[in-house]
Amino acid sequence: MTHALRHASREAYSKPSRLRRAVLAGIAAIALVFPALALAKDIQVAVAANFTEPAKDIAQAFEKKTGTHVIMTFGASGAFYSQIQQGAPFDVMLSADAERPFKLEDSGLGIKGTRFTYAYGKLVLWSANPALIDPAGKVLAQGNFQHLAIADPVSAPYGAAAVDYLRKRGLYDVLAPKIVKGASIAQAFSFIDTGSAEMGFVALSQIHKSHKGSRWVVPIRDYPAIEQQAILLHENPDARAYLAFLKSPAGLNIIKSYGYDVK
Amino acid sequence: MADVGAAIWVTVCLATITTLCLLIIATPLAWWLSRGRSLVKDIITAIVALPIVLPPTVLGFYLLVAMGPQSPLMTLLHPFGIRTLNFSFAGLVIGSIVYSLPFAVQPIRNAFEHLGRRPFDVAATLRASPLDTFFSVALPMARKGFLTAALLVFTHTVGEFGVVLMIGGAIPGKTEVVSIRIWQMVEQLDWPNAHRLAGGLLVFAFTVLLSLLIIDRRLGSPQHD
Repeated sequence: MTHALRHASREAYSKPSRLRRAVLAGIAAIALVFPALALAKDIQVAVAANFTEPAKDIAQAFEKKTGTHVIMTFGASGAFYSQIQQGAPFDVMLSADAERPFKLEDSGLGIKGTRFTYAYGKLVLWSANPALIDPAGKVLAQGNFQHLAIADPVSAPYGAAAVDYLRKRGLYDVLAPKIVKGASIAQAFSFIDTGSAEMGFVALSQIHKSHKGSRWVVPIRDYPAIEQQAILLHENPDARAYLAFLKSPAGLNIIKSYGYDVK
Repeated sequence: MADVGAAIWVTVCLATITTLCLLIIATPLAWWLSRGRSLVKDIITAIVALPIVLPPTVLGFYLLVAMGPQSPLMTLLHPFGIRTLNFSFAGLVIGSIVYSLPFAVQPIRNAFEHLGRRPFDVAATLRASPLDTFFSVALPMARKGFLTAALLVFTHTVGEFGVVLMIGGAIPGKTEVVSIRIWQMVEQLDWPNAHRLAGGLLVFAFTVLLSLLIIDRRLGSPQHD
């Protein structure tokens, strides 16, 4: 392989004119495209994975109304939190908890007074198998399954809620060897959706609009509330307009349509 | 830090087992590929090299599907009580074998090709059987290729991340390897431990690469043995 590399680099140096022409063409192409990119009104939003689908709907409605393009990145709240600490260029963070936006505000990385709760999430035990989960969620204690998928509890609030719930019912130690962790709630969902894990804890919003499989909505009183907060990270009128839209009746209606509670 | 010990143990086991499996799988394959050329051999060579070119996400995705409960391959295993190989150590071994295959086949094949025809003509003159020739001429003379392959596969498996992330499920003591642990530490802002573990891997990788170069210099090229 090193031989091939050496050969390739020798090629490149021996034909300076061709290389130079290619580089110049590349620069010209970037120069033509870049102003167009820079002129478009864009905002960058970090979206907690559970909120993926409603965020897409909201972005579409917001773009239609204002012409501002919303660039979204989906992932675990904890991952975004550490990326933002390292200077990630997000204008807005839609977290799956209240703790991380609070810390961002507290440390000056988020803009003071812009933090608000946009949704209350619900935890669901879900299986792609229509017959597996009973209406009372007793299947967890029966343990006749090999894998229980959850989101990584350290970086994903829904994973933390699932662990809290299992501990409260005294099932955590028994089930720990069966727990498989997705990097975010989206990966936990795909583990279950493909049947690789027979069941697992996902966000209600991920399955609210489908009838696939069997499910049991965990009673809200059995785990700490999943209070999902948004915060502005960089002063930007378009980003402020986006947050205002999230709070508006149009935004709230989309959020409610995915099974979230709003207050 | 207790879970770090488990992650290191899983990683070492995974890399060792993958290396042993790959030496067994790659030797006959490399031998066959090194004897002449044909379209079929070119096709197989290209397939073997695919993991170098493909993103780990592509391999991980196909493995996730192939080892999932709905896959035809897995239905063959259902009678044995195996529903899926995802999230299992065995699944990681299979993934690593696919992922590191080119790093085993290529050096062994090169070593066989470097031997040329002469040693085999001599062996034939001495009336050695083909099997005897393989074990007492080809294998010892190609030892540098085997050593290179083993070291590369071991290191490459230790350095595996994307495939494990997609099919592993991060079960401590079973499928949670060092690279995944480092990633989690970084995400959790646990930088002191991330530094320790990442630094350890850096030293390990450097040591292996340096020893490869020293072996290369000491053993010289196989023709001059």
